[in-house]
Amino acid sequence: MGHTLIEKIIGNKVGHEVKPGDIVTVDVDWCMIDDIMVPFAVQKFQEMGFKKVAKPDSVVLIYDHFLPATQVDDTRHFRVGDEFAEKYGIKNVHRTDGICHQLMTEAGYVKPGDIAFGTDSHTTTYGCVGAFSTGIGYTEMAGILGTGQLWIKVPETIKVEIDGTLPGNVTSKDIILTIIGDLTASGATYQAIEFTGSTVDAMSVASRMTMSNMSVEAGAKCGVFAPDEKTCDYCKIPYDDKIKNLRSDNDASYSRILRYRAEDFKPVCACPSLVDNIKPVSELKGTKVDQVFLGSCTNGRLEDLRAAATILKGKHVAEFVKLIVTPASRKVYREALADGTLEILSKAGAIITTPGCGLCCGRGGGILTDDEVVVATNNRNFLGRMGTSKVKIYLASPVTAAATAIAGEIKEG
Amino acid sequence: MSKIWKLDNDIDTDIILPTEYLAFETVQEMKPYAFSPLRPDLAGQIKPGDMIVAGNNFGCGSSREQAPEVVKALGISCIVAKSFARIFFRNAINNGLLLIEQPDLYDEVNEGDEAEVIPGKEIIVNGKHYPIANLPDNLTEILEAGGLVKAMRKRNGLD
Amino acid sequence: MGMTMAEKIIACAAGKESCRAGDIETVTLDRLMSNDGTTHLTIDMYNNLKNPHIKDVNKLVWIIDHNIPSDSPKTAASHKKMRDFAREHGITFYEGEGVCHQVMMENHVRPGELIFGADSHTCAYGALGAFGTGVGCTDYLYAMVTGTSWLLVPETIRFNLIGNLKPGVYARDVILTIIGKISANGANYKAMEFAGDGLKNLSVADRIAICNLCVEAGAKTALMEVDDVAMAYLKEHGREPKALFKSDDDAVFSQVFDIDLGEIEPIVAKPHFVDNVVPVKECEGTKIDEAFLGSCNNGRIEDLRVGAAVIKGKHVAEKVRFLVVPASREVYQQALKEGLLDIFMDAGAMVMNPNCSVCWGACQGVIGEGETLISTGTRNFKGRAGHKDSFVYLASAATVTASAIKGYITSAEVL
Repeated sequence: MGHTLIEKIIGNKVGHEVKPGDIVTVDVDWCMIDDIMVPFAVQKFQEMGFKKVAKPDSVVLIYDHFLPATQVDDTRHFRVGDEFAEKYGIKNVHRTDGICHQLMTEAGYVKPGDIAFGTDSHTTTYGCVGAFSTGIGYTEMAGILGTGQLWIKVPETIKVEIDGTLPGNVTSKDIILTIIGDLTASGATYQAIEFTGSTVDAMSVASRMTMSNMSVEAGAKCGVFAPDEKTCDYCKIPYDDKIKNLRSDNDASYSRILRYRAEDFKPVCACPSLVDNIKPVSELKGTKVDQVFLGSCTNGRLEDLRAAATILKGKHVAEFVKLIVTPASRKVYREALADGTLEILSKAGAIITTPGCGLCCGRGGGILTDDEVVVATNNRNFLGRMGTSKVKIYLASPVTAAATAIAGEIKEG
Repeated sequence: MSKIWKLDNDIDTDIILPTEYLAFETVQEMKPYAFSPLRPDLAGQIKPGDMIVAGNNFGCGSSREQAPEVVKALGISCIVAKSFARIFFRNAINNGLLLIEQPDLYDEVNEGDEAEVIPGKEIIVNGKHYPIANLPDNLTEILEAGGLVKAMRKRNGLD
Repeated sequence: MGMTMAEKIIACAAGKESCRAGDIETVTLDRLMSNDGTTHLTIDMYNNLKNPHIKDVNKLVWIIDHNIPSDSPKTAASHKKMRDFAREHGITFYEGEGVCHQVMMENHVRPGELIFGADSHTCAYGALGAFGTGVGCTDYLYAMVTGTSWLLVPETIRFNLIGNLKPGVYARDVILTIIGKISANGANYKAMEFAGDGLKNLSVADRIAICNLCVEAGAKTALMEVDDVAMAYLKEHGREPKALFKSDDDAVFSQVFDIDLGEIEPIVAKPHFVDNVVPVKECEGTKIDEAFLGSCNNGRIEDLRVGAAVIKGKHVAEKVRFLVVPASREVYQQALKEGLLDIFMDAGAMVMNPNCSVCWGACQGVIGEGETLISTGTRNFKGRAGHKDSFVYLASAATVTASAIKGYITSAEVL
């Protein structure tokens, strides 16, 4: 009987074959702690009575949710993180470089086959390079800091096969939103999702990141892609036999298989206030908006900014509507400066902020008030996520977001 | 007996504790804001020993452990739901907060009903008995230790 | 007897031949600027009037700049109120386009105008020979409804600028030195007028920086004679003067100072007052947590060029947050074109969207308990940039950037 990609990643790590339902303890390759959770993880670590961090080089501290700080107590989190890093010899600290999930692969940490945990639910993002990664709480993180290990239950895998060529105005965001709608917000709970097929093969790593990132919105433990040459280019590693073996066997077994034709996808939105409340953009046409947000670990990458710039070039954001653009990282910002993308966006009237989580985490970056409507490229539209509970949040692709910003109402790109 | 507070499907972590309040230094400061986007008065109404009954996917969303911590700090004795999101599930157990999956209870009880919970066996509400399963062994160990911090302290020879 | 520039502008706005310091005049305002600091309060008062109306909507300019992008539902609600009102009444409205005074300089201010702004740093408009003064929302509302207001004609303190600045010394150092000299209330109720040959050597950006900070000496307004440099700026931005005024040779000044620009040294204003000035070297070594290059005082392209030249090829100190905030969209795009934004980003700075940022202390980049900020902002009052127990030092773009690189206060010369 064959194994799925996830079973292989975990099996390689523990040194024996595993099957879904097995509870195993794994050595952790990467621990990501974001600024919100740093003080809590540190406190738990101290309460647990550890004297040292088991593997300091596997720990990455990233300050992103509180940048720029909007509340006077925010910078305490940076201070606690800096002190902890200094005391325990943690060298990997990103203080102003961008969003954690962007940096964990972009800055060269997580590679195919690695196992990573992070104190943020969108840690599933690193599945884009064929890693097993998932979000945990700060108490478990404290445990890993001390022991270098964590127990996991080997998940069953839902296989999603997508073949064909996507329509021009459809992005990987529309795909993952559609899948979440089909699976529902709890449809993949405890399970892994593996994305395969010719459409996926043709995608950039950036597009795959969007889908891995949002897998958690269907409840998934992780969302993975088998690594290919593109992955290896991105990770700056050789495409060798070890990597080539990181794919599901033909006779692997799945809890469920979903098949899609790329040609059938349409631009969609997740409507207020559930991520699985999916409707085609065409049905929402004409919905007036007050603000558009382009950014986040879901869709704040260069290709997302470029997709928006292509639509916004020579045009202008509608009167009394704000377009807020928050590049995902310093690197993305600089690349978008270099290729003219930011200039196009600025000329179109966009408000371009410094890289960080921005509006997505609800502590700044364009918070809204009662009866306002926002179209956003991030990953959650929960009640009150971006302001009061009477704010209406529609999640969409960068293409839909850009077209909407120009029209001042929801519109297909 | 525990008084039941009834919540819906897909109660997400942003509802349980909005991001605005995540950076408070202590859970005590966070308590008044629990569930505030959905039911601003609820946190003030919950009494120690009460329980929450909910539908599917309770605790979906972020990995913020402040969510189960604040629920526990409010004095909630356990949460009974049709299903839980996985990060919330792990976080709750690690904090010694009992979670019980039960498929029928949600559809048959009302807010304000009184329930008796017998861990590993059943829940009794309005005279009706609802069976519940045992947790896996490794989780029972963490719960019995009183949470992961205490389990680790024991491992480090401190307690 | 001759008249001062301030007297001439007010006389013109009052429709009279002349007026004197100490007179109270009823004036017709040329322009009324208000930002998101207080406009929501003005709207509330307006809506409570018995017969609310706007005298001349074309004179109103409303600008959202203090908290953009919004950081809370409360802020968002005040912005929405302002946006909806502006839309309903056809008021010229900017949101996210830049710091109000910079937006005004780029788009609206004309020499000879009398302008009320619901913000204390409205005195910046004197750089283009306009009488700008800060008012509260009640005064603003009255002017909005009637088109007029009353004004006590101020006495004028005259500063004759001589010579040229040494390399590494900037307009910020000039005005901090002056404020240190006359103290934080040295110009209360008065106009500060700048003239002399030395003025010719200062760019419009320098002039805005000087006029902008005059309120920190208590001044009602700041004024500079309009010369070729100012006229070139106006032309570049497609505007004509309303009128060109300068003080008569026999005008009466309450005080006259000669300022030799060549004698000015790099200066720092220490916590918690703007007139608490010392040479940079006296603060050398003070550890900082954050540095801020921006604001209506020093967020222009000239300031970004200074900062970029200092930091190019170097890096921000490991634990320092260096906020670089262009003062407007125009400045942002120009800095982008010149490669300055990339120099800052490469060096580890945080380039932000044009807004008031930490100068206002309420939105982006606030500092925490016990932290220290070195800033090109306008004020260093206690708690201004965040926590009540924090520290703000004011300095030039060069000093701020040099300090960001080192992680402690130092001057660019030391680097």
